[in-house]
Order: sequence, then C-alpha cells, then structure tokens
Amino acid sequence: MDLLATTTIRRPVSDVYAFWRRLENLPTFMAHLQEVRSTGDRTTHWTASAPFDRSVEWDAEITDEVPDERIGWRSTGDADVPNTGKVWFVPAPDGVSTEVHVLLVYDIPGGKLGEAVARYFGEEPHQQLDDDLRRLKQVLETGEVVRSDGAPWGKRARKEFPQRPAQPLSSDEIAKGEAA
Amino acid sequence: MRANTWAGRNKVEVRDVPDPSILNRRDAIVKVTSTAICGSDLHLVDGYVPTMQDGDVLGHEFMGEVVEVGAGVDPGRLRVGDRVVVPFPIACGACAACAAELWSCCENSNPNAGIAEKMFGHPVAGIFGYSHLTGGFAGGQSEYVRVPFADVGPLKIESDLTDEQVLFLSDILPTGYMGAEMCDIQPSDVVAVWGAGPVGQFAMDSARLLGAATVIAIDKEPYRLRMAEEAGHTTINFEEVDVRSRLLELTGGRGPDKCIDAVGMEASHGSAHLHAYDRVKQAVRSETERPHALRQAILSCRSGGIVSVIGVYGGFLDKFPSGAWMNRSLTLRTGQCHVQRYMTPLLRHIENGELDPTRVITHTLPLQDAARGFDLFKNKQDGCEKVVLKP
Repeated sequence: MDLLATTTIRRPVSDVYAFWRRLENLPTFMAHLQEVRSTGDRTTHWTASAPFDRSVEWDAEITDEVPDERIGWRSTGDADVPNTGKVWFVPAPDGVSTEVHVLLVYDIPGGKLGEAVARYFGEEPHQQLDDDLRRLKQVLETGEVVRSDGAPWGKRARKEFPQRPAQPLSSDEIAKGEAA
Repeated sequence: MRANTWAGRNKVEVRDVPDPSILNRRDAIVKVTSTAICGSDLHLVDGYVPTMQDGDVLGHEFMGEVVEVGAGVDPGRLRVGDRVVVPFPIACGACAACAAELWSCCENSNPNAGIAEKMFGHPVAGIFGYSHLTGGFAGGQSEYVRVPFADVGPLKIESDLTDEQVLFLSDILPTGYMGAEMCDIQPSDVVAVWGAGPVGQFAMDSARLLGAATVIAIDKEPYRLRMAEEAGHTTINFEEVDVRSRLLELTGGRGPDKCIDAVGMEASHGSAHLHAYDRVKQAVRSETERPHALRQAILSCRSGGIVSVIGVYGGFLDKFPSGAWMNRSLTLRTGQCHVQRYMTPLLRHIENGELDPTRVITHTLPLQDAARGFDLFKNKQDGCEKVVLKP
C-alpha cells in the first residue's frame, strides 16, 4: 500500500528538514506512532499502535539523506509490516514556505494480520497521513497540535468521531484523556 | 457554569456544563459580559448545518474580561484583566491564509479540518460554537469561554465604550462592512441589500459610509424595513411589490450597481413554485440551501456589476442563474468575514460616531432566557431584530 500526501508549511526548508530529521519528533504529529527512539547515528526503533490495543515494534535505518532536500528510511530485520518512507522538501513559490511531500509504502502481509492492518487504515487510508501532515503544519507554524472541546486529544481526534459535545471538559475528563 | 446548548433541531437549552480550562498554551479564558444571538445560529438550530451534537455550546458573538491566560500567550498582547471583544473566526496568525489576512480561512485552527475538507474541498478556520465542521469549539453563549490563539484575535477595548457599542465587532458589524467593501463602491452607486436583519442593516450603513449614492433595503418585515428607513435608507417590501420592477424604477432601468445578499441559505418567499421546489429539496436534504435572495440579486444587478454574498451558505444549491452571471459580466464575491481585518478600523468609526451598532438592539435578556431569545428572533416576534444576552 502506497500513501502519498503533501502540505505547505510557512517555515524555511532548513527548519522543516531539521524537525523531520529528528525522527523522535514524528510521534508528536503522526497518529499511529507511539515512540521513535534513536539507537544510533542512522538507526531508530519505532513503536506503533495496532488494532486490539496491541502495539507493533520494528527497527529502521536511514537509507538516503540530503540535507534540506530529502530523507529516506526503511524497516530492517523481521518487521511485522515491512515499510519504507521518504520525505522531500521543496521551497514553495511564495519564497517563504516549504512544500513537504511524503511517501509511505507498507508491505501488507496476508492472513489475519494483513486484514487487521487494512481495517486499521480504513476505507480512506490516505486520510490518516493527510491529517498527520496537518498536525505537522500546526506544530511547526503554531507550536503545538490544536485542540478543541469536541476534539480535545490532538492526534487522537479522528478515532473519536462522532466527537464529544463541544462543551468544556470536566477535570475528570481531562485527567482521563491525558493519561490515555 | 451555565451555557446555552444545542439540544436537537429547533431546541436550545441552558444547562450546567463544566467551566472551561486551558487546553493549548496560547489559550485564554474569558468571563463573558455580553453575548448575542446571530442569524447564523438559526441555521444551526433549524438543523441545516451538519455535524451538530446534543450539548454543543452555542454562540460566536461575545466579549468579556480575560480571567486566565496560557503560558504561551504573549503578555505584550493580552493579560488577565483585559476587556476584549473576540472575533468569531479562530485564527493562528502564522499560516499563509492569516499572513494574507484571510483569517476565516486559517489553515491551522480547525482540528476537524479533514471533515471540513470533505464538504468544502479545502478546510476552513475553526469558529466558536458553530458545529464540529468548524472545529467543535464550545461557544460564547455561556458564563466563561476558552479562546484559542488569544494573542492573535481578541481586540482590547481600552476606552469607556459600552458593551453594546462594541460587542458587534465580533461578527455582524465587520460582516456587514465586508459585504459593502467587496462592492468596490463608487460615489454614484446604487447598492441594494437583500435582508434587513442586523447584518443587512450594517451592510447598508457601511455602504453609505463608503460613499454609495443610494442604499436600498429589501425585506418583508415592516418593522425591519422601518428600522432601515429610520437610518435613512430606501426600502422595498417584497411581499407588497415586485422587487425587480421596483429596482428598475429606482435606477432608471439600469438595475442596482451593486447587490448584497445578507440572507443566505434560508430565504423565504420569492416566486411560489421555485420556493416550494427549494423547500422540498431542503427538507429531504437533497439541497442544503434556499437561495432565493442570491438568485434575485444576480438577476437584478446591472450588467458588469458586483454581487456580494455575506449571507451564510453551507453546502450546495440548485438553479444557480449562471447564464445571467456569465453573459452579463457579473462579479460574484463572498467569504466568511475576515473579522480580524476590520475590528480596529471599525472601532475608530464607532468612536467617531460614524457607525452606531446599538441601533439594531431590540432585546436584552438574561442568558437563562436564551431559548426565549431564539424564539423571538426566529419567529420575528415583538419586533425582534437583535438579542443581546447577559450571563
């Protein structure tokens, strides 16, 4: 499965590149990622949420890196869902912004795991990556993921539709949500 | 705290809800001193805007006192104790749309951008108390409200103007003004305004301020037309006369140079069979609009003129007079108001006495009586033009 998405961020290429190159930043805006941990100069360990409250983990390495231009990576070893990713950065015509293009490729296995992965991504798998990039834009342009009363939990918003009513949260709800 | 909430179609209810708290670093909490019911709230209550949920706190016109600020709020811009009017579109101030002063198209303020994008092609800004399509933000018909990006939008009021004089800077005064500004008004212009509700009244006053020679109000409620007449505008009651013929008489057969639609998706009357057609289609949700005012504005406008749309539309409409629009070189302009662009200049006009927003207020009620306010406003009872609520 190939997912391709694009956004434009009103920050110089060097800032956007530097933020993404620190792969530990990806979980701040990518909904399915719980943690990316650096294990070496070009290697990382990734943890993602999976269906049925499971999580899946894999190692990855950077395969291609041109500062202020592009980053490529791929899973290594015996990943449950082998995957590769590639992001490239292009100065936007306005002279101040950066176009971010992302391609994620998942090698979805057969059997029960494959079905579960397909269900996880739903009927519109690209929607999740589109939303991820919207949050990347929020983080880089405004400093954090934007929350509302109806969608208070940032990157978990999509899973929560239909949403809670647009009325303030009680302190119990806030405590419960922060912990989850 | 007490807050006015959506409780299903045709029902609002003041309920106890939790007090708001800071969710983002640049939030502020505002203690509401005055809020108002907007014509566009009626579209929500009438059930024509999708993605409303039972319990949603309504209200996007409000002002009050800052009682708490998040750690990320620039103290040079906003502090606890400041008296502020809050613009209805939530805008980050950092994206390309905000940089271009297209505040109501802010690219970051709507956490439900993915849903809005499905409906509109591209997402729109978050709006207080205006469905989950525009973010699911609790609104200001309440005692307290959380205001995101509080160091961007809110306008500080440092003079002793009353709430009533400045409250409408939050929406309807800038909306009316933008409707007139989009008309590129020339000194000889005749400007016709469909809808003599509060936004229409402010569009009329703004058109005159911008130099229009004649401003014509079109409505069917005698008390609303009287209000326009008392403000010095010409009036047409569309239930008594044929609008097109009357406009031709008033303009030497040319038609108005500029036309403003301050009605939107729930227009009434017009030609009976077309109204019935729209009513049925809207009732079965195969059309979201009853665009009678827009159709008539396009057909009435002189060739080469501008039709400016500030009435709210939410989805799709039928029988758009594309032939008149194209063949007669009409320009169609529109937008949810970019309120932040107009607040400071319009505050000056209020201070100078060139605009008097208080002239539309007919009812002031306690917040607790919000349901009665909605009823009076919707059914045009008791001469209701604009309801201000006091928490």
